[in-house]
Amino acid sequence: MSLRAERVAWRAAGRLVLDGVSLCPEPGTTVGLLGPNGSGKSTLLRLLAGVRPTASGVVTLDGVPLPELGRKAVARRVAVVEQHAETGADLTVRDVVRLGRIPHRGAWSAPGAADEAAVRDALERTRLTERAAQSWHTLSGGERQRAQIARALAQRPSELLLDEPTNHLDIQHQLALLALVVRTPVTSVIALHDLNLAAMFCDHVAVLRHGRVVAAGAPGAVLTEELIGDVYGVRSVVTAEGPGGRPSVRFLPG
Amino acid sequence: MTASSGAAALSAVVRAGRTGRGAAVYGVVGLALLALSIAAAISIGQAGIGVLDVWRVVVERLGGAESGLSPIREGIVWELRLPRALLAAVCGAGLALCGAVLQSLLRNPLADPFVLGVSSGASTGAVCVVVLGVGGGALSLSAGAFAGAVLSFGLVLLLAHTSGGTTDRVLLSGIAGMQFFSALTSLVVFLSADANQTKAVLFWLLGSLGSVGWTEVALCSAALGAALAVCLARAGALDAFAFGPEAAAALGVSVQRVRMALLLVTALVTAALVSASGAIGFVGLVLPHAARAVVGPGHRRLLPATALLGAVFLVWADTAARTLLAPRELPVGVATALVGVPGFVVLLHRRRGGLAGAGGGGV
Repeated sequence: MSLRAERVAWRAAGRLVLDGVSLCPEPGTTVGLLGPNGSGKSTLLRLLAGVRPTASGVVTLDGVPLPELGRKAVARRVAVVEQHAETGADLTVRDVVRLGRIPHRGAWSAPGAADEAAVRDALERTRLTERAAQSWHTLSGGERQRAQIARALAQRPSELLLDEPTNHLDIQHQLALLALVVRTPVTSVIALHDLNLAAMFCDHVAVLRHGRVVAAGAPGAVLTEELIGDVYGVRSVVTAEGPGGRPSVRFLPG
Repeated sequence: MTASSGAAALSAVVRAGRTGRGAAVYGVVGLALLALSIAAAISIGQAGIGVLDVWRVVVERLGGAESGLSPIREGIVWELRLPRALLAAVCGAGLALCGAVLQSLLRNPLADPFVLGVSSGASTGAVCVVVLGVGGGALSLSAGAFAGAVLSFGLVLLLAHTSGGTTDRVLLSGIAGMQFFSALTSLVVFLSADANQTKAVLFWLLGSLGSVGWTEVALCSAALGAALAVCLARAGALDAFAFGPEAAAALGVSVQRVRMALLLVTALVTAALVSASGAIGFVGLVLPHAARAVVGPGHRRLLPATALLGAVFLVWADTAARTLLAPRELPVGVATALVGVPGFVVLLHRRRGGLAGAGGGGV
């Protein structure tokens, strides 16, 4: 059950950005959303998070449509990490992680022991405990994304949605970040550009083009030379040389 | 105290304010400081009234023992200086609170309570009454100012809404409204005002707490109380805006509803304050930053701290305005900047040296 999208559509300025997309991640797995720029990956994530209403179709959480659950109840279950977070506020790492407890608190109540425990736990899981008192603005790009994931974990979600979280990171931090996401015991949906990272870390991938799903399944079944040529318009060689026999993509010029 | 031990004391205070334990202590110390400031401010002046006399008059008026002061001196305390000091506190608290809320909501450190055109509209309303005689004597300057403030804020909101309603559009609409109504005010003054009217209007535009009574104190206190309650109930939502409206929505905040509620309440309280006291600058722009440096960015602590700091600050700024060049009186808006800027310069320097990075991501 958990989070699923059923034939969802979304329109911007008269253009269909998403056109009848269904997605049903298995609980506890990591799902990669692939596809070229403008194919609708980010929009799908926003619909899944309930921050945008669907034009048609429905996103449900345990069978209940998101609008019926209410925004706060959704935020207690579904956490979002954007590709790039920026703030002018002078926040410490702990302040950032504490933001994750907002959906769990009433209008007037002070943070309680449960909130502090969730924050501590999230800091530990992301190995940021020692950085907790440090200013957000002194962190590197990789550490900032880790702090955002810590904030998301402090929400104690069952679903984690990530929009190209590795975009601004060097390769070491890309690998470390995705490893962190995969070992987190939640259902994750990640929009990714890098096909090799998707093949390496995702249990399941869905490929979008022009707002429709054109292929979905295990990375080994989906990431073929034909599909890559068809969707991205580039030539490639795909071998089963990735870790654990997963596909490895090498692109060819021209 | 040497400079370095002063710096050490300041950073100790800042550290205490940023940890949870200091919060309650801060509240109590702040309120006590405010009460003392008001009593001290009332005692300062030519009538030779002591802090204890102030206390005795208040006790008598609230049904306690006779104060033993002459009726004239009692009148100075109860009819002139006490309402004036209280209104200074309320205005300082309200303007600083609105500034803090708008800075966070609009994610702009330069936002202040006047950024949405409220004060410019108020000034246009005021000159319409004072110079053009709109209302035929039935309308007071305050009523005209309030009507102008509400009208201009309504127009700004409409413009913001029709142009897309994003944070940037709200700010740009506010600036458009502010410029337009300032120009309108200047036009009316330029075309129609005589020298006396011009002086009266100018004095009001720069802020004056000189001619207040208990009615203004009651109205503004009620507005401030309501605004504090509404804003504090949304402290968590304001925290969530740190990474932008999308991130706030993903944290369960109903962005449109919260934004509209907070814009409305800050505009209304600003309109009420400006109508009573004129457009007092500096407080709403700078004191939220000072409060942030002491208690950190979390709004549960920041909003009450900002309000307290603003209240204490404006009580003293008004006392300075009233006494520095006595018997002449300075517009309080001039005094706020004259008194406040040196303090703020010191604060900026301390922040750069002593505290963690002041944040490169600002504007």
